Amino acid sequence: MLDAQCGELLRAEPPGVAEALDVVAGFDDALVHGFARLREEQAAALGALRDAAAGSPLGDGVAEAVEKTIAGSASHGNLAVLAGGRAALFGAVHDALLASLDGALGRTRATWQAPAVASDPAASAAASASAGAPATEGGASPETPPTGGSASAPEPGGATPGALAGAVAGASAGAVDNLLGGCRSWLSEVAIAGWRGVDHDLVSAADQAIEALLAVPHLRGLAVLLDGLAAELRASSPVATAERLPARRWADLWTRALLLSQSPSPGARAEGSGGGPADSWRGGAEAVSGRLLILGADVHEHGTAVRVQVHGLLDTGDGSPYRLVRTSVAAAKVDTIVGPAVWRLFTGHPVLMGALAEHRSVEIESMVLLGGGDLLWRDDHARLGEAADPFTTARVALGTAVAPPVPPLDRHPVRIAEPVLVEGYTTDGHTFDLGGNALAVDLDRLPSCGPLTPELVAASSACLGLLRWDGGRWLLQPMAVQATVKRKPVALHTGDWAMGPTDPKVVKAEAKAGDVVAVLRERAGRLLRQ
Amino acid sequence: MDADSVAWERRSVVRVVPPVEPRKLAKVPFVELADGRLQGVVSSGSDISRVYVSSITAGTHALSCSTNNNRPCGGLHGSACKHLHALAGEAVLQYGLDRVARYLRVEVSEGGSLMGCLNGRPERAQAAVVFSRFLRHLAYLEVPDSTEPLPELHWFPAMAGVR
Ligand SMILES: [Zn+2]
Repeated sequence: MLDAQCGELLRAEPPGVAEALDVVAGFDDALVHGFARLREEQAAALGALRDAAAGSPLGDGVAEAVEKTIAGSASHGNLAVLAGGRAALFGAVHDALLASLDGALGRTRATWQAPAVASDPAASAAASASAGAPATEGGASPETPPTGGSASAPEPGGATPGALAGAVAGASAGAVDNLLGGCRSWLSEVAIAGWRGVDHDLVSAADQAIEALLAVPHLRGLAVLLDGLAAELRASSPVATAERLPARRWADLWTRALLLSQSPSPGARAEGSGGGPADSWRGGAEAVSGRLLILGADVHEHGTAVRVQVHGLLDTGDGSPYRLVRTSVAAAKVDTIVGPAVWRLFTGHPVLMGALAEHRSVEIESMVLLGGGDLLWRDDHARLGEAADPFTTARVALGTAVAPPVPPLDRHPVRIAEPVLVEGYTTDGHTFDLGGNALAVDLDRLPSCGPLTPELVAASSACLGLLRWDGGRWLLQPMAVQATVKRKPVALHTGDWAMGPTDPKVVKAEAKAGDVVAVLRERAGRLLRQ
Repeated sequence: MDADSVAWERRSVVRVVPPVEPRKLAKVPFVELADGRLQGVVSSGSDISRVYVSSITAGTHALSCSTNNNRPCGGLHGSACKHLHALAGEAVLQYGLDRVARYLRVEVSEGGSLMGCLNGRPERAQAAVVFSRFLRHLAYLEVPDSTEPLPELHWFPAMAGVR
């Protein structure tokens, strides 16, 4: 990212963002108090949401939902529409921010292709009628054999139909409906009580549903979301007397959870698309082959989940431009597995972890690439390629790569994570000064499982990072830095310890704690089957 | 409320659950501050398939320790057994002394030890509930990996631990 590009990004505050976020803040305040205890102020805030949605396809639904909520007679369906209204506002904010980012960086972004599988039964019936066969987009058809080459038919197995088979074996469609219904009820109770009214019993009431969700692969997103939210509510209790509440954050999580808890329509299910609410969200899928050049790793974590999301450029070798993609592996864990020990959970993906640790490219064969740019990782469809320095990759190819579109229901500023390379800056350790433009560095996001520290950021001269947006401003989350330490140039990346730590001090500390994953697995093996 | 708090309340990503410190898990695989107790599971030194369920109640500081089959611990008379000492020690490593002391509602003087400040009496508690929570905890290790996009996880960035 050039100085001028940074300047343009920081100066461009898309119109309407602040106003939209004020409406959201009012809604979030209503959720703090609880829909059972709306005072005039919160009722007015809901009215503002109604006004913001007026004229949009959600307008009538939101108006009715607001009226019913204020009257104290909102159904689960009404609450889902309110969540939809709030999500739509964030969708608009997201789109405006991403457009201004693309404009400033000169980044080309592919347009979204709506999947053939529609969630509306009529549309979906029409789609399959016109195709005259089971749809092959949106939900990979299980009959299609795996094929090589890029942009050919989707590949079965992996996380799409294969995972579905597991899910169906473990939980019938009826059981899934009941489970989602339970989630909707819990989220409604939470909204009625308000965050201030959430007590220990209400939090614990979600435990069973979370446990059941974790057993259904296509509901994993909802499971990790609710598990994370429940842990935060527990840690904040008694919420009634807490000094301050993460109102925006919890309302975000509530909204997302309620949308994910909607049962798929019978039409979507009949398509054999997986029966999960997420399926109609993902866009068309295609099988791709080629070379993946890694830019860096982003790590997500809460007490019982950890996920490595790798950003990279996909070269399909057919002369088309490189494509920006993300690929990830998530593992379930417990809170005592922290720091570099989390990498021990990913030993089942040696190619991806090896590529991160050794800065190598990866040759992939016939992997599913979703419409939103997510490559569904299959370690058995990948092999280590040649050495590839992420900084070189970024310098040479990031500028002209084509970015993927964002699936409509995932459009929230929190998902914005655009890889950029910045260099030639001066820094005080908190901001990078690019020709007089001060870009804030997100120092909170230097994970304890990797080698990046605030000191390294302060000593850095180049940084490969993700542009993010939160709290009304752009932030740079470092994924790698080039720095001078003890007069020697070094380059350190978040994924450097993917095959185990390489810093002797960290190796020693890890050895002292022992292999916590092995200890817990042994305990699980012995005690869970007693 | 000050401007910083307002800004904090209007962010999608903030840390809410304090970080825990890494520690050895061989002796005390499970510790939690929950249900009004510091409670956890301590592996038996002699029998690999036996564990002790130990707990200290917040406020009253009542002590309990029994096997997972609900047999009372032979070491708990009048004062705490070695399992309770191990539990308290590991809880302090995991959560820090302040957080544990605050939860149990006990004053620990500068340089004092947690167990030295507790003089609660032994009390029978249901080991089964804590043990089943431990099993639920262990069950996470058997949940298969996922390669789905899971956009939800963008709300949960890995953050720096205690440096
Ligand atoms: Zn004992």
